[in-house]
Amino acid sequence: MAVVEFQGKSFEVDEDGFLQRFDDWTPEWVDYVKETEGIKEITDDHQKVIDFLQDYYKKNGIAPMVRILSKVTGFKLKQIYELFPSGPGKGACKMAGLPKPTGCV
Amino acid sequence: MAKHKTPLLDQLESGPWPSFVSDVKQEAEARAKNEKGLDYQIPVDCPEDLLGVLELSYEDGETHWKHGGIVGVFGYGGGVIGRYCDQPEKFPGVAHFHTMRVAQPAGKWYTTKFLRDVCDLWDLRGSGLTNMHGSTGDIVLLGTTTPQLEEIFFELTHNLDNDLGGSGSNLRTPAACMGMSRCEYACYNTQELCYNLTQEYQDELHRPAFPYKFKFKFDGCPNGCVAAIARSDLGFLGTWKGAIQIDQEAVAAYVGGEIAPNAGAHADGDWGAFDIQKEVVDICPSQCISYEDGKLKIDNSECVRCMHCINTMPRALRPGVERGTSIFCGAKAPILDGPQMGSLLVPFVEVNADDDYQAIKDIIEGVWDWWMEEGKNRERVGETMKRLGFGALVRAAGVPFDPRQVQEPRHNPYIFWKADDVEGGWDRDINDYRERHQR
Repeated sequence: MAVVEFQGKSFEVDEDGFLQRFDDWTPEWVDYVKETEGIKEITDDHQKVIDFLQDYYKKNGIAPMVRILSKVTGFKLKQIYELFPSGPGKGACKMAGLPKPTGCV
Repeated sequence: MAKHKTPLLDQLESGPWPSFVSDVKQEAEARAKNEKGLDYQIPVDCPEDLLGVLELSYEDGETHWKHGGIVGVFGYGGGVIGRYCDQPEKFPGVAHFHTMRVAQPAGKWYTTKFLRDVCDLWDLRGSGLTNMHGSTGDIVLLGTTTPQLEEIFFELTHNLDNDLGGSGSNLRTPAACMGMSRCEYACYNTQELCYNLTQEYQDELHRPAFPYKFKFKFDGCPNGCVAAIARSDLGFLGTWKGAIQIDQEAVAAYVGGEIAPNAGAHADGDWGAFDIQKEVVDICPSQCISYEDGKLKIDNSECVRCMHCINTMPRALRPGVERGTSIFCGAKAPILDGPQMGSLLVPFVEVNADDDYQAIKDIIEGVWDWWMEEGKNRERVGETMKRLGFGALVRAAGVPFDPRQVQEPRHNPYIFWKADDVEGGWDRDINDYRERHQR
């Protein structure tokens, strides 16, 4: 597995650039990922999505369904794509340090 | 000289059927020669490494692709199936081997110009290997690397005016039978409805917003040439109301042996002379056909429009003139709770291009609103239907209840009533009961 170094931190990632371990997540990770996910600046709205994903994952051990993400954050799917161009799975979940989405994707 | 030895795969080059091994080898050779002088954007020997890893899988009987893979293009949540080899040092040409789903035209009619353009794009930026087509319908471009995805997407949209297909928990790429383009059975324009709904629901196709995947398929008649009833969450099967159109002269020509039954489909065996009684009348599932005094009669009120008589005598019998579609809901493969075919939700609805198919869109959106709210994570609509009941689906679709929605009524008596439909409702006081019934 590849290891990336960024601002003095090192992160172990897979081919798709997802963190191997949720516990390795630090705020620097978000800064490192944002460019490859087409994001210039992390706004409060980005942070709100990331925070919710992390809280939900810590509590439930899975990522929330898109519908729940929208309901809780108040962001419609369209707005989530405006924030995270590759979408809630590849974009937001990756930045939040959640495991890679699986299944028939 | 091939890069890897492939003794097991080589055996699949013999025999009469077109060999995928020979074809992949051809492509490998063409890339090695590179007669067009292309600056290949992924490893030249990608097809050779694919054969290499496949041979390894033939040897040890195990797949050599890693689990999953999340790649894509900005703006979309699906369309690309990421894949990585689990022996990347041995087979660097397929270390990345992502699949791109490309939207196909309904009915899969092409010009060579379009296909050449796709091939030129794919030769440069992909493996040169394809699947024509994926089971859902997409053009499948098999094998490229992550950095090429946006490049391919740019050229696909800017130069070829085409888009990606669907993947993930969303509306997948719809598909249709050839319909009216070359079939006299088509009861509505399958390709046009397929195209219209694909365009209407682009957002639902590109950005997963559903509990799970959802598919549309469009069959022009009950013959089901695109298998809508088995392979789509909402299947549209053309049908008609009223009488089958009969040309008695042509019936006589079938009986007289001038026209081969089933358009000659059984001509390779000797089944004897055509016997209309045996091959049509006696086989009709409703027993609503008779042939007496040289006249074919159909009691259309009893006909279930199974297509058998029309299939057998296509030049004598045609579907009725008042045409539309039935809608079936809930087909799915076994996972999780068992396979399902579509259940009849709407017996007949007009396919009306004049109002942009609004009646059909209302039904679709009713089902979606309900399923998006009620469906559990990774629960196909067919499973939601089983969990919450067919009645809930019918109400969601906004269509009337109809005896045709069941094959038979329930035999168990576990029947739910709504409180409103029961005199006095559910709020009862035990003390009132005790006044009449001692403990």
